[in-house]
Amino acid sequence: MHLEEFAEGDSFFHKLDPRIKFLTITPSVCIIAIMKSIETSLIALLLCFVSVAFAKISFKKLFLRLLSVNLFILLLWIFLPFSFTGEAIFDVGPYSATKEGIYKASLITLKSNAIVIITITFLGTSQIFSLAHALIDLKVPKKLVLLFFFFYRYIAVIHDEYIRMKKALLIRNFKPSSNLHTYKTLAYSIGMLIIKSFDRSQRIYNAMLCRGFKNNFPIMSHFQIRSSDITFGIIILLIVSLLIVFDYG
Amino acid sequence: MHISEGVLSPAILLTGALLSSGGVAIGLKKMDFSKIPEVAVLSSAFFVASLIHVPIGPVNAHLVLNGLVGLLLGWMAFPSILVALFLQALLFQYGGLTTLGVNTFIMAAPAVIIYYLFSIPIKRGNSTITLISGFLGGALGIGFSSVLMSLSLLGTGEEFISLIKVVIVAHIPVMIVEGLITAFCVAFLKKLKPELVKA
Repeated sequence: MHLEEFAEGDSFFHKLDPRIKFLTITPSVCIIAIMKSIETSLIALLLCFVSVAFAKISFKKLFLRLLSVNLFILLLWIFLPFSFTGEAIFDVGPYSATKEGIYKASLITLKSNAIVIITITFLGTSQIFSLAHALIDLKVPKKLVLLFFFFYRYIAVIHDEYIRMKKALLIRNFKPSSNLHTYKTLAYSIGMLIIKSFDRSQRIYNAMLCRGFKNNFPIMSHFQIRSSDITFGIIILLIVSLLIVFDYG
Repeated sequence: MHISEGVLSPAILLTGALLSSGGVAIGLKKMDFSKIPEVAVLSSAFFVASLIHVPIGPVNAHLVLNGLVGLLLGWMAFPSILVALFLQALLFQYGGLTTLGVNTFIMAAPAVIIYYLFSIPIKRGNSTITLISGFLGGALGIGFSSVLMSLSLLGTGEEFISLIKVVIVAHIPVMIVEGLITAFCVAFLKKLKPELVKA
């Protein structure tokens, strides 16, 4: 299972300190999410595209990702233009699309895409494990980070178990369709997956105890903050403040 | 089941974040360090299970299983669902960072309600009661989630009402299938690994 699609690379964003990434992306996405004007949202989206150039990620992969995210947005476009009262632009049967409705749908589309792109360029360009490490430095509750760490670590392992079970079903000529037999078979497979995971977790914990686990994960390598990280942080925070001023101005 | 970025109003986003922080805090308090591997690997299993596509009539739907998560993890469903949604936001950008609070609450609050309503009947009841409680747990888990999702959209703007109607109707077949799968799954777990069904 190859999950970290954008994490490999040698760009500016790939080298950026993950702690700075969290500290800059959090205000950025919050501001974009609450923007009211279409002009500022458009500027934000353009700036996010600029970050794509800096992150040197494949446009094709990015495009595919945006395509799947925009399926939900498409659903909004079917309903929203016709739900608002206001100045009618055109009619479809008894329904008329209003200027306000189209404005709202465009706003959501711009904001949504901007946040998705910035999430990929900022956080997608780091390994999940270094992000988890950064979260510890940023004082996120340790239990939560450990939970996240183990959760991510074992997805691939459990997925392999699932693939093995799926093959076993295939060998026995299991063909899923809408009937009780299918649902029962899938339910038992999920049950088996849960039992295997539970047993595995007990073995993991015992192994941890054998190695002297005392509610702590010693971290061997630490992040070194560079002056370019700090400059980047200041620039992003400046842009964010400017966007706030524009949006409310 | 999740709402994308950029849709909800700031008030709803903030409310969701605060409610979820409360739930996660309770969940973390109930989760000792010794429980972390168990909750984590079970979360991985739910994550993998949610990738399974189940045929419902002519279409495929993926499983949510938040009722089952609640029955197995209780309040720890909050941190479990939070880390899963966080990972999805990082890797696939489904849901997202600003909607993390709202989406966690939409899925985890019903899980906890299901835990309080049905874990005792499942643990103590005979096989018929177990199956019925499992069915209701799975179906209502989705049902409550779609109600919470509708409320958060409605709180953002009344214009979403036509979309909400479609969302609710679309979830009815999903509720039935989730109910059936949860029912068979808890009956199976109760037979093979009774200690897993929390009570």
